[in-house]
Parts: sequence; C-alpha cells; structure tokens
Amino acid sequence: MDLPLIWAVLIATAVMLYVLLDGMDLGVGILTGLSKCDEERNMMTATIEPVWDGNETWLVLGGGGLFAAFPLAYAVIMPAFYLPILVMLAALIFRGVAFEFRHKAVREPTRKFWNGAFFGGSLAAALSQGFVLGGFVKGIAVDGRSFAGGAFDWLSPFSILVAVSVAIGYTLLGACWLVLKTEGELYEKARRWARLALIGVALAFAAVSLAMLSVDPDVTARWGFSMTEIDFATLGPLAPIPLAGMLLTLWLFRDLSMASGPGAAPDWRPYLLAAGIFLSGYLGLAVSLFPFLVPFQFTLWDAAAHDSALGLLLVGAAVMLPIILIYTAYVYSLFWGKVKPGDGYHG
Amino acid sequence: MEFDALFLSRLQFAFVIAFHILFPAFTIGLAAFLAVCEGLWLRTRRTVFKRLYLHWVKIFALAFAMGVVSGVVMSYQFGTNWSVFSDKTGSVLGPLLGYEVLTAFFLEATFLGVMLFGWNKVGEKLHFAATCAVAIGTTISAFWILSANSWMQTPQGFAIDADTGNFYATDWMAVIFNPSFPSRYVHMMLAAFITTAAVIMAAGAWQVIRGRVTEPTKWQMRMAAGTLTLLMPLQIWAGHWSGEVAHHYQPAKVAALEGWCETRDVQPTVLVAWPNPEAPCGLSGIEIPGTSTFLFKPGAELHGISHFAETERPPIWMTFWSFRLMVGAGLGLLAIGLWGVFLWARDRIDKPGLFHWLAVPGGTLGFVAVITGWIVAEVGRQPYTVYGYLRTADSVAPVSAASVATSLLVFMVVYAIIFTAGVVYMARIATRGFDDDPEEPPAKARRAPGSPLGSVDDPARAPDDIVPAE
Repeated sequence: MDLPLIWAVLIATAVMLYVLLDGMDLGVGILTGLSKCDEERNMMTATIEPVWDGNETWLVLGGGGLFAAFPLAYAVIMPAFYLPILVMLAALIFRGVAFEFRHKAVREPTRKFWNGAFFGGSLAAALSQGFVLGGFVKGIAVDGRSFAGGAFDWLSPFSILVAVSVAIGYTLLGACWLVLKTEGELYEKARRWARLALIGVALAFAAVSLAMLSVDPDVTARWGFSMTEIDFATLGPLAPIPLAGMLLTLWLFRDLSMASGPGAAPDWRPYLLAAGIFLSGYLGLAVSLFPFLVPFQFTLWDAAAHDSALGLLLVGAAVMLPIILIYTAYVYSLFWGKVKPGDGYHG
Repeated sequence: MEFDALFLSRLQFAFVIAFHILFPAFTIGLAAFLAVCEGLWLRTRRTVFKRLYLHWVKIFALAFAMGVVSGVVMSYQFGTNWSVFSDKTGSVLGPLLGYEVLTAFFLEATFLGVMLFGWNKVGEKLHFAATCAVAIGTTISAFWILSANSWMQTPQGFAIDADTGNFYATDWMAVIFNPSFPSRYVHMMLAAFITTAAVIMAAGAWQVIRGRVTEPTKWQMRMAAGTLTLLMPLQIWAGHWSGEVAHHYQPAKVAALEGWCETRDVQPTVLVAWPNPEAPCGLSGIEIPGTSTFLFKPGAELHGISHFAETERPPIWMTFWSFRLMVGAGLGLLAIGLWGVFLWARDRIDKPGLFHWLAVPGGTLGFVAVITGWIVAEVGRQPYTVYGYLRTADSVAPVSAASVATSLLVFMVVYAIIFTAGVVYMARIATRGFDDDPEEPPAKARRAPGSPLGSVDDPARAPDDIVPAE
C-alpha cells in the first residue's frame, strides 16, 4: 500500500475542505466590510457563528497532518513562509475573538474596533493564505533538509496575483453562502456581491492559470504546451478540468443574473457551483505540481514520515474522518435554513 | 545571553505557550463544570443549575474562542521556529498530535456550535450530549498533548534512522504511555479543575462583597469550595507522584527544583536560596535537614546539581523559584477550599468577610500554579527538547533573528490586546452576578430564537431560587 500517496490525497482533501468551508466564512468576514449597519453585520455573522470554529479546525488538520505525515515538507515550508504565516495567525486571532468580542463591547469606539478587526482579520487571513500559495507554487530554496532562502522569498508579482485571487475567491464563496442563508434586502445585496466577485474570479483565475504556465517549464510541458507547439495528446485528457471551471462560471453567472422569485435558481446552487469552480482550480494546481510536496525539491515520497507513523495515522483517519464528516454534516443541517433577525448570538 | 534566532525562538515559544495554556486550563475545568450543572438541572429541575449553566456558558464561549485562536498558533510554531525538531521527531510526535485533531479538536469545535447556539434548536437531552461532547473533547485533547510532551520528557519505544537521523516509533504503546505520562496527565487534569474552581469561587466572592447574592452565587461557591477541598489533597499526591517519576528519569530537573548541590543519600528541604559565588554550585539557602527521607525511599542516592556536567544542567534559578511559587499557590488553593467548606458548614459562605476579600485575588492562584508548574517541567528538562537525545540548540529553524524578533513583537502586541479585552469582558459577566439574568424568561417572542436564553420553558420557579440580596 502506498501510504505516502494515500496521505497526500487525504491532506489535499483536508486543505480543500478548509478552503471551501473556512474560505466561505472568511469571505463573509470580508463582506462585512461592505456593510454599513450593525444589524446587517449581525445577520451576516449569524450565518457562520455556529460553524466557523469547526471550519477552522480543517486548517489545524492541514498543518498538523502535514507535520504528522510529511514532517520534512512541514519543516521546509513553515520557515519559508514565516512572515505570511505570522500575519495569517495574527489575522485569525483577531477575527476569531471578534466573533465574541464585537457583541460584548459596549462603547462605540471598541465596537468599531472589533468590527474592523473582524473585517480586517478576514481579509488579511485570505491574502496571506494567497501569498503562501503563490510562494509555494513558485518553489522554495532548499539546502539539504532545510529551507535556505530569505525572509521575503515568497513575495513576487505572481504571489501578489495569487493573493488577490484567493481573497476574491473567498469573497465569492462568502457571498454565495449569504445567498443561501439570508433573505430580503441582504439577500439581494449578496446576489449583487456574488455577481461582482464572480467576474473578479473569472479574470483572476484566468490570469493565474496563464501565469502558472510561465512558473516552471515542467509545469508548461505537463499541460502539453511548449514554446512552439501544443501537444494535444497531453492536453486532451487534462482539458476537461479548465473547461469544467469555465462552464461552471457561466452557469453560476446565469443563476445569479436571474431575477429572484419563482422560477429562479434554488438558493443552494450558487454556493455549490462556486465550490465547483474552486475544485477545478484546485485540481489544475494538483496536475501542475504532482508529485511535488515542496515544489520542484521534494516529492511526497521524499517528505513522507516513517511508515509506522503513516500506518498508525491511517487507522485513526479511517475511523475518525467519516465520523467527523457525519457530525459536521449533522451540525450544518441543524442550522439549515435562512437566518432571521436576532438569530445567532447567544448572550 | 545572545539575542539570536535560538534565544528569541525560545522566548517566543515560552510566551505563546504560556498564554495558550491559561485558556485550556480554564476551559477543561469549565466544560466539566457546565456538564455537571446541565446534568443537575436535567435531573433535579432546580432552576439554580440552569441559571449557573446559562451564566457560565457565556464566559466559556469567550475563553474557548481565545483558546482556539492561541491554539492555532501552536500548531504552526513547531514548523516555523523549530523545523529541525519537526523533521526529526515528526514520525513520532506527528501522529500523536494528528490524533488530537482527529479525536478531540473536531469534536469540541463542532459541538461548541450546538452548545452555544442550539439551546432551543435541539432537545434538552441532545443539548446536554453536546455539552458532554465538548467536555470530553477537552480531556481527550489534553490526553494527546500530555502524551506528546511526556514523550519528549521521557522518550521510549523509538529508534533512530541511520540515514536521516530521524526518530521513528518501534512500539506505539510505549510511546503513548511513556513513563512520565500517567502522572503528568493526572496532575494537569486536576490542575485544570482546581484552576476553574478557584475562578468560580473568586467570582462568587466578589458578588458577595458587592452584595449581589443570589441562590446561584451560593451554589457556585459551595461547589467550588467542595471541589478545591476534595481535589487539592489529590493534587499534592499527584505532584509527588510526578516528582518521583522525574527523580527516576530526570534527576537533574529534581536537583534544580529542590536546590540540591551535593549528591547525598539524605537531602534537606531548601526553603529559599540566593546566589552566592563563594558557595558550591553558587547558591546558599535556608534548609530543613533530613527531610528527603519522608519523600524518597531511603537508600537511593539523591543527586545534586554538582553531579551533572555544566552542559547538562537546566537553568537552576528559574526551575527552583517556579517550583516554590507553584507549591505556594497550591497551598493557598487548599486553604481557600478548606475555609470555604468551613464557612459553608456554618452557613456563612454568603456573608462578606475576610475570606471573600482573599478569595477574589485567590482566583488567579490556579493560573499561577499552572504556569509555574509548566516552567518547572519545561525549563527543568533543558538543555534538551527530546530528553537525552535532541538538544534545544539543535532543534531550531533556519530563520533570521530579525524575523523572529518581528513575530515575537507581533504576538506580544496582539496577545496584549486580546488578553486585556477578553479578561475585561469575562470579568464583566462573572462579577455582575445573576441579578440581571432573567429569573423567569419573559415572553418567548422577545428572545432571540438561537440564544440559550430563548424560549426555555421553566417549571414554576423553585422556592430556593428567591433569595433577597443582603
């Protein structure tokens, strides 16, 4: 049994779930910055309050899982992104406590501060995750078994592009979530935000895809492109991934453009379609980088932990992950349906 | 002392872990307290327990959020600042921490949502189950963390890969149930319950001082006093057990925390000590001779610091004084518990007095003991991260001192802000007492449907619930 490969797939799945779930609530956080009144902001946070903590746990599983299953990759990647990870953690701290604190502040300036912390923390967390992704794809300088680059290696025009794309993408997820969870005026706003974010996502993902092809000749070759020609035999089997992304984008745009009311698309569909767009981008990334876990330095087999560790972990994951998914789905279903004014905060 | 990446990384780890442990120490105990209150409410239907639950769950929400966000930081510290350690120990420690995420974090995080927002969305039995899930999750989480940390203190069940120099497990049961794990897990769990009891006592005492005595105030003080009185003697025993294990596996740590210099068969108890360049080991102290015969079996040779090479010694002063602070705080907590039970027996626990003025600052003693206890454990096992096998100096990541200085500064500022705000908000709820909590929920429609206060159908108000403030 190829334990490292199984674990690579499991961790990739955990990161994907993180992106779809916490990306959604970071997106809602970013959108609170567009809202002018507290009542509306409270409605927005009420849609995610019962679930955000669970969502963020996928990030802990991503980080912890990398440490457990691929310690070498963890040991190289974390120091390489020291500063963006610092910013991400500080941002997640602020927005995490702001969920509670913004309801507890009594004076106007402190209330404003925690509202700002919620918005700013969500945005900064999204951007710094984008910087990590961008820097990761560009590759990491390695000497022996250690990171050997500088503190700002992650910063490049490409990583800036990726950072902005991730933030816009999360905003799309957040807006689509609000379409599902709200009604009335906020619902109409959310549909407008989702349309704008979708246009941004279409442009950003196209730009990132093209830029990806220039990151490394290996990546370009993998998709069947070279300076002079296109190898359709290589591109052919892979083409459905970007094509699906494009089709889902068009479908989502159609859904969001329809007038609300009878005959309109069901409210759960935009989030699902947006998730599909993310999935196509994620698969495209996987095709470009596989089997590198530290791009262009260590493959997932180089970086894997000892088989004794992977085996023990697999037993735990095989038992626990289905249970976790079941009770997570259960809690989501418990809080299913549109939120009402005054819903949510507990005290 | 050089302000290089190693020193700054150690300082940063000490800072973020000390900050973090405050919240789990409190929430482990508080989750158990909430489960007990909700269980008592369902069983006895006395509203006092429901009011206690609905009151303390608000504080729990705040403390838990702070524990979560400072805990996410911890899961990245190993990689960002201790990457060589991560590479070397990942195949042993990684699965333990992975199991913590899989068996505990998701359980806590997911059911917290039900606990906080599901009061009237689910039946009361299911809500109670959610509270229990969170409480059990916190103890499972502590299980894995203590197991991982204890393996670093008393490593066994592993081999070292000849090519990479990395640790890997040969016997997982030996890794998980390593020699120092049972005693340290018991010691930490008791510490968490005691810490929470002290906070609950302090909040009650403050309400008494301010004349805001209601039935829940009295009950929370009784429960806290009973908990302290029952658990503190157990804790002293657990601490001693933990010391015996350390004596066997980490004699240098015991020598440092006891302040023993020479190796002898019978050692004194050093009450206080101060630096003295003239004296052997550079310290003089006030001692009670011959006391080690009560603690350690006679015949065993008790090593002093001078037995160990300079490069094998932990920092003595920090270990020595932290240990004394921990013991002092523990004795203080025992006194609060006994005194509280005495007043309860005389039915005077709700009459303001000296006890209440002492119990209020006494609410911090549990935290003092937890922090200083962990300093003894972690500073006392220096200069190693994996005791006897991997030195702290050889564990650090190849990051620049400037980066670490930046991150340390950022963490200090961020934590100062959220700590201040969090403590203020928690203290505001804890001290205002129960007089502004509804004794009977008014019309359902006026309450937020998702809130725990919403649409709770009370049976007729129990007579024990109406106690005029004196």
